[in-house]
This record gives sequence, C-alpha cells and structure tokens, in this order.
Amino acid sequence: MSTRTVRIALSKGRIYDETAPLLARAGIRAQDDPETSRRLVLATNRRDIELIIVRASDTPTYVQYGGADLGIAGRDVLVEHGGEGLYQPVDLGIAACRMMVAARRDFDYGLAVHQGARLRVATKYVRAAREHFAEKGVHVDIIRLYGSMELAPIVGLADVIVDLVSSGQTLHANNLVAVEEIMPVSARLVVNQAALKMKRAKLQPLIDAFAAAATSGGARRRAAGR
Amino acid sequence: MAMRWLLPEYFEDILPEEAARIEALRRRLLDLFASRGYELVMPPLLEYVESLLTGTGHDLDLRTFKLVDQLSGRMMGVRADITPQVARIDAHLLNRKGVTRLCYCGSVLHARPAGVAATREPLQIGAEIYGHAGVESDLEIQRLLSSALAAAGVRGARIDVGHVAVFRALVRAAKVGPECEAELFEALQKKDVPALRALTRPLAARLREALLLLPELYGGREVLALAARRLPKLPALRRALAVLRALADAGSGARSARAATLPMSFDLAELRGYHYHSGVVFDAYCEGVSGAIARGGRYDEVGSAFGRPRPATGFSIDLRALAAAAAPAARPAPILAPCNGRDVRLAAKIAALRAAGETVIEELPGHARHRRELGCTRVLVKRGGRWQLRPLKG
Repeated sequence: MSTRTVRIALSKGRIYDETAPLLARAGIRAQDDPETSRRLVLATNRRDIELIIVRASDTPTYVQYGGADLGIAGRDVLVEHGGEGLYQPVDLGIAACRMMVAARRDFDYGLAVHQGARLRVATKYVRAAREHFAEKGVHVDIIRLYGSMELAPIVGLADVIVDLVSSGQTLHANNLVAVEEIMPVSARLVVNQAALKMKRAKLQPLIDAFAAAATSGGARRRAAGR
Repeated sequence: MAMRWLLPEYFEDILPEEAARIEALRRRLLDLFASRGYELVMPPLLEYVESLLTGTGHDLDLRTFKLVDQLSGRMMGVRADITPQVARIDAHLLNRKGVTRLCYCGSVLHARPAGVAATREPLQIGAEIYGHAGVESDLEIQRLLSSALAAAGVRGARIDVGHVAVFRALVRAAKVGPECEAELFEALQKKDVPALRALTRPLAARLREALLLLPELYGGREVLALAARRLPKLPALRRALAVLRALADAGSGARSARAATLPMSFDLAELRGYHYHSGVVFDAYCEGVSGAIARGGRYDEVGSAFGRPRPATGFSIDLRALAAAAAPAARPAPILAPCNGRDVRLAAKIAALRAAGETVIEELPGHARHRRELGCTRVLVKRGGRWQLRPLKG
C-alpha cells in the first residue's frame, strides 16, 4: 500500500453508524453511504483517506495484513482473532454490549458448574468461551455456530450459549436468561504495527482525534447517565 | 489425481524468476557480510530440542516442527530460527576469547505461519557479533543491516529501536509476580491502554504512571528526552536510555556525514523477543512489506544457557520477503547459440561471451520451434566466417 493514503477498515451496521460521528468530528466524511452503495472502498472528503467496508469479524485480519492501516473492531472480534500484529490503543466506548453465558430458564447453571459436569456450549466466540471456562476449571465441548445461538439450548443441542447481549430482549423472547458475564464489549481502534512505524506522521493525528472523540463521547454518555 | 502434487499449506516452490532474484540477493548479502569480517557458518537443519530451544522462550517452542530421532529415540526439532544455533556455535564450539563475527543463511520451518499469509518456510539470513557488550557493536550491527537493505535496493527503509531494560526495570521495581509481568508484557505489545490501565491499578502511583506512559513513548528522538524526564530514575532504566541516546547520536551524526544509516525512530514499549533479548531491540521496515523486514537486538544471556555467557547482538532478515520488496536487478536476456559440434571459433566466441558475464544457451537439435520459451533476445549467427550477435526475432 502507498505510504500516502490511509485506509480505515469498518464494518456495516452498528460499528459504522457509531463511528461516522467520530470520523465527522475528526473532519472526515464518506462520499457514499455503505447502506445504499455497493462499493466496498469508499472515498472521503479527504483525498488521502479512504474507508473499506469489511465483515466485522474480518476487520483484524485486514488490519494485521496491512490491507488497512486502521480499523474499528469489537473487543469480541479481537479476542477471537488473538490480536497478533495489532496495536489497540483506544477503547472508543461505542457499540457497547456484554458477552454473556446464557441458559434456559429451567437450567441450573450454578449446580452444573459446581458438580464439574461437562458442559456443552454453543457459540461463535470459540476462543473467548474456551478461555472463560478453562479459567473456571469447567470442562466444555464447544459447538461452533454462526448465528441464532438462542436455538441451541431450546432444541437441546447445547446446555448453554455464549453470546453478545445488549438489551436482553432476544434472550427473553426465547426463554433464556443470562447467567454469567464474560466481559464487557465495546469497539476498539486497531492499528497495523508496521503502518504506525512507516506512516506515523499521517496516522498519529487520526489516532489522537479518535482518542479525543472517545473521551468526550464517554464523558457525554456518563453525563447522560448511561 | 491432481491432488498428488499439492503442497502443504503455506509452502511453495520458488520458480526460476523469483529463485534467481533470491539467489542474487543471497550472494550480494553474504559477500557484504564477508567483506566486513563476518564468517559464514552452516548449522544443521535439525537438532535435539534441548539444544535447539535452550534459552529461547515458549513462542519458538510452539513454532518448531518436532519429530523423533529413530537412531536415539530422542525428540528433535526442525529449526524455526537459526540465531540460537549460531549462539551455540560461538559459545560451545569456537571458544574464542575475543570478538567473533558470524553470519548464516538457510531455510527455517514454522509449524504455524508467523502472520497472515506468511510462508512456513522463510529463508533466514543474518549476522551476529559475539564478545562485545558496548553500544559500538549494536551500532556496527545496525549499520550492517542498513548496508544490507541498501544493497537490496528497498525503498523507504527505516529502523525502529527499543530497549527491553526499560520495561524490565519498571516491573522489577514494581515487584510483580511472573503472571502479572506476562500480562503487562502482552498489553504493552498491543499498546492496549485499557488493559494496561486495569492491570496497573494495584501498583504504586509512580510506577503505574510510568507503565501507562510507555505505550505513548514512540516516535523520534524527542521520546528519549521525554522518557528521561517522566520515567522513574532507576539505574537500569537510565543506562538503557543512555544506550539509546548513543545510537541516536551516532545515527544523526553519520547521516550528516552521508555514511550508510537508516532513519531511526524509537518505541519504548517494543519488547519483541523479551524472553531472550537483554538490551537494544530493533525492527526494520520498508515500503511494500506489511510487517517488519528485519529484526534484531542484543541477547547476552543466550550464551550462558550453553555454558558460556557471551555478549551477543545481531539481526536476521527473511530473504524471500526482502527479494519480493527489492528492486529487480536488471539482467540481460540470454543469447541463443547453435548447437556446437566442431566449430572451434564458435566455442571460443561462446566462452568469451560467458566470461564477459553473458548467459549463452546452446540450442539442442529439434527444438527451434520452442525457442521462445528460452527468453533469448539475441542469437549468434555466422556472417562472412565470423560469429556475430544479431537480434532474435520471435
């Protein structure tokens, strides 16, 4: 990649929607709306900055490889990826939710863990789930699913699920309850390590702008009592 | 049936064009090393894991392919890094008292690729200095690296320098356990400020501030001044900063004198190889490569694992990545010559052209139709009893 352009990797949906105001505060506006455009590379009002639209779980891979210099990825995604080759200097505090263990209302999670029974866990966060249960000393069989995890305990495919929870409405609608928090999740700014060395003059102002926007955003959220 | 010729993932054949580039570069670099007194060594492809992995840390262990020696029943590893082997040669075999300069070039295997789409068979080339503990040998090794990158013709090369004693001094002063040290280390490697904030909460305010400052201490020379001002005045830390200042001085002085040296930046949170490095560590970067092109540093402790402590500093480069980033060497296309039976003059002409550095291919009978595959642009033809070069028309 050229040392003159800076490329930022973002995923559509919540991350993009909540990042756009941060970018705007740093004086960067996309020329296209990713929700309506089919373009995956979006130009901005700054000639030296472009955005690429990737799947959320691919953001760390693009940035690690240097396909993008900067990226915004949820902590859930970063834990799964492992974070090798990435700097993650700023917690942007956006797209916040929690990674939780959830089970059927009638499942006695405390007892199952206490007895040391082998637990079947359905999740798309394989690494986070494995580390969490290993730390508790619980034996688990992990079943990797790609979506609609809530179904797994209902049909008996798994005892519990590990998933992101924001309002808890999906769990509630499917008769599940959150039984344990694994970690709070929010979006992080990630930086390609080599890019930070090669293009520091270009990247540092952006990193500083993100850090400042995150701090002021955090202050506003706290003021609003969230 | 085609499956039969598939190679394992992240392994590849190197085809003629790329192979020629890599080999040309290998010779150029080994000649450069030789001209500065670095002696070539060729350690074996595999060793017993005890010696191969001594003093190198867990990362290298996980990256090493292992197999059982059917002669002895012992576990062997295929080298994933040549540096520890060269350190063993210096500490254990050569037994010299003074300064030893060694260089090497060979394939290593990685059980798991080091990065996204990285090869599992890098071709590692490097140089090491043993027996000198001062900043002068760090400087010599950095200048050698600078010359090597210049000889390869990469663009925009720069070097990023750190010192493991900065972090080590802080964690020693904080008296944290090994587990906490490992977590702090990992957070620093990722410049993960939120994690660092959580981990340093129980520490004394002075050390907490220092550890939280480290991820920001990267950039130009001004970083060293800032570090001297803001970090605690621990003796080991001050010594480390003095070494970095000396490297910075030498760099700027040499640049003004137009000697070979790379633009230098500093990163005091850069701790790659923390488990076996003991002093200055550095990475070199260049345009067109997504990670570091070369890595190096000081590892005074590794020799003692082989029974003889020896100061050591060096660097290594993945030659294949370097060849891909390097400026292609312009080499004249080969010359086609007729298959020679008895023509003494033709034989003399061919020998003269080859002696002048040209590539001359003698065409075997019956393959005039396939000439194009040879890539020749000129042909030897007989005109008036003399052999002359003429353009070859496709």
